[in-house]
Amino acid sequence: MPVTVKTFASFGEAASALSSDRGARYLGGGTLVMRALNEGDISISTVVRVTDGALSRIDVASSRITLGAGVTFAKILAERDLAFLHAPARSIGGPAVRNMGTVGGNLFAPSPYGDFTVALLALDATVSVQGGLGARDMAIEEFLQSRERQSGALVLAVSCARPASADAFRYRKIARIKPKGGSVITIAAHLPVSGGRISGARIALASMAATQIRARAAERALEGRALDDAAISAAAAAATEGVSPADNALGSAWYRREIVGVHLRRLLSGLE
Amino acid sequence: MTKTPLQFRHNGRDVAVFVDGGVNLLVALRELIGDMTPKFGCGQGGCGACSVLIDGELHLSCLTLAETVNGRSIETLDGLKDGPNLHPLQRAFMEQFAAQCGYCTPGMLMAAKALLDRNPSPTRAEVIEAISGNICRCTGYEPIINAVLAAATSGRARA
Repeated sequence: MPVTVKTFASFGEAASALSSDRGARYLGGGTLVMRALNEGDISISTVVRVTDGALSRIDVASSRITLGAGVTFAKILAERDLAFLHAPARSIGGPAVRNMGTVGGNLFAPSPYGDFTVALLALDATVSVQGGLGARDMAIEEFLQSRERQSGALVLAVSCARPASADAFRYRKIARIKPKGGSVITIAAHLPVSGGRISGARIALASMAATQIRARAAERALEGRALDDAAISAAAAAATEGVSPADNALGSAWYRREIVGVHLRRLLSGLE
Repeated sequence: MTKTPLQFRHNGRDVAVFVDGGVNLLVALRELIGDMTPKFGCGQGGCGACSVLIDGELHLSCLTLAETVNGRSIETLDGLKDGPNLHPLQRAFMEQFAAQCGYCTPGMLMAAKALLDRNPSPTRAEVIEAISGNICRCTGYEPIINAVLAAATSGRARA
């Protein structure tokens, strides 16, 4: 069924169009919306686009980085100052998908996709959202918990603090087809160290619940401790607490529960 | 339903068509331009059979809204050869037996071209990475990888 395509020069107009039409969907890179259209999703009657270059901007000037929602994974991989995000960006699709897929779109990607968002969740990112009534910033966790209700809002950008060291941020995607397969499990960990002890640990998981979630019990097991064998074992043992994975073609819920601790242990131990 | 005028460069030639809202680039190329080289595989971005170059960058035409290519340059397999002369990649694919059913071949060739355009001397790992978004279900990937490496070598020999 043909749809109406509305192209706006400003994101404010686009946000108004999105919020006033339940059948409107925002088109970023196209990897979600065009796929839905190809599959005959009749809930989409209008496609909204924005040509505003601000959505493709990357700001790495300070200790806090900001990525416009329209920044592609290929663009992240081309940015030397974003080296800490290269592993999550590279883990998504093949080159064509990385040339198209965007940071903002990944926030809406359903399981087993949305791997970049796992990294952003571990990095405690902030999501800037423009609704019909104005713009506001949301913690990424809050955004993900209300993701179903956010389809009428326009994501403008995400921002997060740069990890203090290369070792403080770790990422691992477990996939059956490498490098482009969907996620069996994806894990990201941000482990800032102060005085030899972890302070402010954040561990995020994908494909372990309906949206990307934090592994809070594993975080508690690491908090205030040195990253030694005992702490890693405690975190690995706690990795399944609070998870609710689903069965899909890539793995059963049982399998995911069985292996999440194994892969968290490998990630924290620095093993390949 | 109103149709939208669309103008773009197709393999070096300016074309103008009218598209329905929501139509993807693959449909526009095949049904409106008559370029049947990009294939419809999965329609989900998973197989790479529809890969084309947009302004020199590898994209999936099935996931590209046709209207977004207005004023841009599209390259498909149809434009790869130079008159009667096959592109070195095409020759290498033939010589290395890198096609069986041939369905994935147009996408594979465009992914390989995107690689060689920016990196004329790729390593084997870089070739594997470059075609990682393209699925082949019958040849197996080894002859394809070898063909891309052979094309790169022949390109260096000519230079």
